[in-house]
Amino acid sequence: MSSIEVNNLNVWFDDKQALKGVNMTIPEKGITAIIGPSGCGKSTFIRSINRMNDIIPSCRVQGQILVDGKDLYGPGVDVTQVRKNIGMVFQRPNPFPKSIYENIAYAPRIHGTRDKKKLGEIVERCLRRAALWDEVKDRLDKSAYDLSGGQQQRLCIARALSIDPEIVLFDEPCSALDPIATAKIEDLLEELKDDYTVVIVTHNMQQAARVADRTAFFYLGELIEFGDTSQLFERPENELTENYITGRMG
Amino acid sequence: MNMLSRSAKEKLYFGLFRACGALVVLTLVVIVAYMLVGSLPVLSLDFLTEPPRGANARGGILTPLVGTIYLMIIVFAFAIPIGVLSAVYLAEYQGKGRGARFWSIVVSNLAGVPSIVYGLLGLGLFVTFAGLGRSLIASGLTLAILALPIVISAAREAIQAIPPSLREASLALGATKWQTIQHHVLPYALPGILTGVILALSRAAGETAPILLTGAAFYMSSMPDSIFSQFMALPYHVYAVATQTMAGMNGSPVVYGAAIVLLLLVIGMNLIAIIVRKRYREKYRW
Amino acid sequence: MKLINRTGAFGRAAARVGFKGFDGAPHLILFIITLISASVLVAVAAFLIFGSLQAFNVIGPVELLFGESWRPTSFFNQAFGMLPLMVGTFLVSFLASIIAIPIGLGCTIYLAEIAHPRIRAFLKPAIELLAGIPSVVYGLFAMLILQGWVAQVFGLQHGYVALNGGIILAVMMIPIMVSLAEDAISAVPRELREASYALGATRWETMRSVVLPAAMSGILAAIILSIMRAVGETMAVLMAFNQTPILTLDPFSGVQTMTATIAIEMGEAAVGGLHYSALFAVGVVLFVITLLMNTIANRIMSRYAEAYR
Repeated sequence: MSSIEVNNLNVWFDDKQALKGVNMTIPEKGITAIIGPSGCGKSTFIRSINRMNDIIPSCRVQGQILVDGKDLYGPGVDVTQVRKNIGMVFQRPNPFPKSIYENIAYAPRIHGTRDKKKLGEIVERCLRRAALWDEVKDRLDKSAYDLSGGQQQRLCIARALSIDPEIVLFDEPCSALDPIATAKIEDLLEELKDDYTVVIVTHNMQQAARVADRTAFFYLGELIEFGDTSQLFERPENELTENYITGRMG
Repeated sequence: MNMLSRSAKEKLYFGLFRACGALVVLTLVVIVAYMLVGSLPVLSLDFLTEPPRGANARGGILTPLVGTIYLMIIVFAFAIPIGVLSAVYLAEYQGKGRGARFWSIVVSNLAGVPSIVYGLLGLGLFVTFAGLGRSLIASGLTLAILALPIVISAAREAIQAIPPSLREASLALGATKWQTIQHHVLPYALPGILTGVILALSRAAGETAPILLTGAAFYMSSMPDSIFSQFMALPYHVYAVATQTMAGMNGSPVVYGAAIVLLLLVIGMNLIAIIVRKRYREKYRW
Repeated sequence: MKLINRTGAFGRAAARVGFKGFDGAPHLILFIITLISASVLVAVAAFLIFGSLQAFNVIGPVELLFGESWRPTSFFNQAFGMLPLMVGTFLVSFLASIIAIPIGLGCTIYLAEIAHPRIRAFLKPAIELLAGIPSVVYGLFAMLILQGWVAQVFGLQHGYVALNGGIILAVMMIPIMVSLAEDAISAVPRELREASYALGATRWETMRSVVLPAAMSGILAAIILSIMRAVGETMAVLMAFNQTPILTLDPFSGVQTMTATIAIEMGEAAVGGLHYSALFAVGVVLFVITLLMNTIANRIMSRYAEAYR
């Protein structure tokens, strides 16, 4: 199982520094929430864990992120291998305009699984894991676009699990969903946390309080405070954290 | 003009604009109608399957029609792969900065070059410099170059219309950039690319000036036997019959017939492109 | 977990020398292909200039560009002065523009603002089809039918005159102008219109004082691009009137355009000869004119894109 150790992480977009000297160790398993006002660098932070920032040409990263003691930004590291080991779910559901089956089978196939039977097993396991199997098992060959928004997002979670990751990143996964769909996703997160190291960015403090074991508060590109969720919300050590939580800011 | 009330003024202007719209549609109808009526005496399957006779004054259009199809095949073989792959590079690898602006200016300038100037290029580059002579391949390559900017800009637009979130989803699963392009970007953009390809081919099929300089023949008794021989082509045939034969100058059905076949070929391809685009917009609503 | 794989030494080296976000072989291959397509523009320029060098050298640029007579095949007083050709192109394009611009704008406004959505859904593709008709078909129509009408209306012996070319070019310009200008008008945000309606303006007042000014640069670019089409058109012009290189602005006279000159005379010019080279020089002038017009249209368009994004 994988813990994530971040050492002095700095990220720039052109000349603008988005993350400043972030140090933090995310232990394995459980849910870690990242909160903070918009523009605080929380999305940048989570996207640097699977090197998704690399696709932005103006982005420059300095520092270390160690997973299992190996530096993701070390020399000779292949970004596709990094992403193959870390799953990600995005703000808006973004299924491929293909069938439900193809959405899940895609990643295993490009990583070398050709066997039809095996792919079928992976599809079923991931869809069960994402609590979607019973709703879609009779129409796996139908377009993913026929699903509702909440179902699409669970399909995206199943897709993220299809690469057998140890870490799963969620970048505000519920921001485009209604409250009922949100509740389903939150239940799902609870189930996943025993097997995966889950990191979730959320702009919704209640959501962090509901689901997260640990919470980190970012402000203007810096990590202000990181600790157990209950402690951070009830007895914040930093004044900035307290102001944010009590609604005096952002 | 204060004598007119505001709403009367509006009625007057709107009437004028309506008339303009009607005039444009009327033009299309009139042109097609004249071609159609003029060609009625010759329109039959025989017209398509017989070669021209009597120094183009009689007979059908088989030889020019086949020549035009050959030209389209050459354009398809050269312009489409190069155009689509260039579009992929421009849309996926080039980014959005200054470079991208530079490239789109290059493409738009290429699209604006008059077709006769492409003819000069073909004459200089393919006929003379490359030593291909006045031939099918020289004309085909010239038309391919003319079609290139059309393919590039249509394909580029289709690729850029795909939401970035789908690329991110693929990359986040550990796919390489090329796998992402191959498995997602190109398939989703295919209908849009197809629209551009059809439009480019129809443009190439209808062009006269470039092939006039690079190898189209006024009359040939047989089909071109290789890509290095001269050829007849439909648009040039229309021009040749109209200006070089008495029959054509007097509006013989033969010339109208050639024109209506060309018109139907090109309009048909354009219609298919419009339908493909419409279907595509209905299918993918990101 | 395994992190190092696939990325070969080649990719790493490329990334080190500054090929940012280098993606291996596909990246390189696509880049080369794109260079090939872009080199077309360079090739056009290079072959035109190369072909025209002789003419510029022997005749001299001033005489070649501004000389008042074009007599390429005359044995005793051969002359290569492009002015009559440029004026011919100007005259025909000008006649086409004064016909096409008002009608085209009227049609655009009708299509964008007045037409019922169902009519619009039919009309827009119809106009695109009109833009797709091969120029030789327009030319044939001008030669066999329009010519007679022009002769009749203006009491001429025959209608193979510059005006006939102007009319058929106008017919060809309008669809291009309409589809580009319609895009510009549709891009005007709805909020602007609503603000005007809310102040009690009629639809026409809103259009004239809010929508049209807002879309003006896009409309202007559409007009320029459609004029460019007229300047560069060959076949329709060739067939619409008698090609006679005389220096005149009379719409009821025959003139000779630059494009038609290349099309007619290239067949008679000996490869590598002075006449051949002079025709390439005509191509250079055409190329430069279209490049200029395109650049102006691009400038106007990008300014307009900035204003609304």
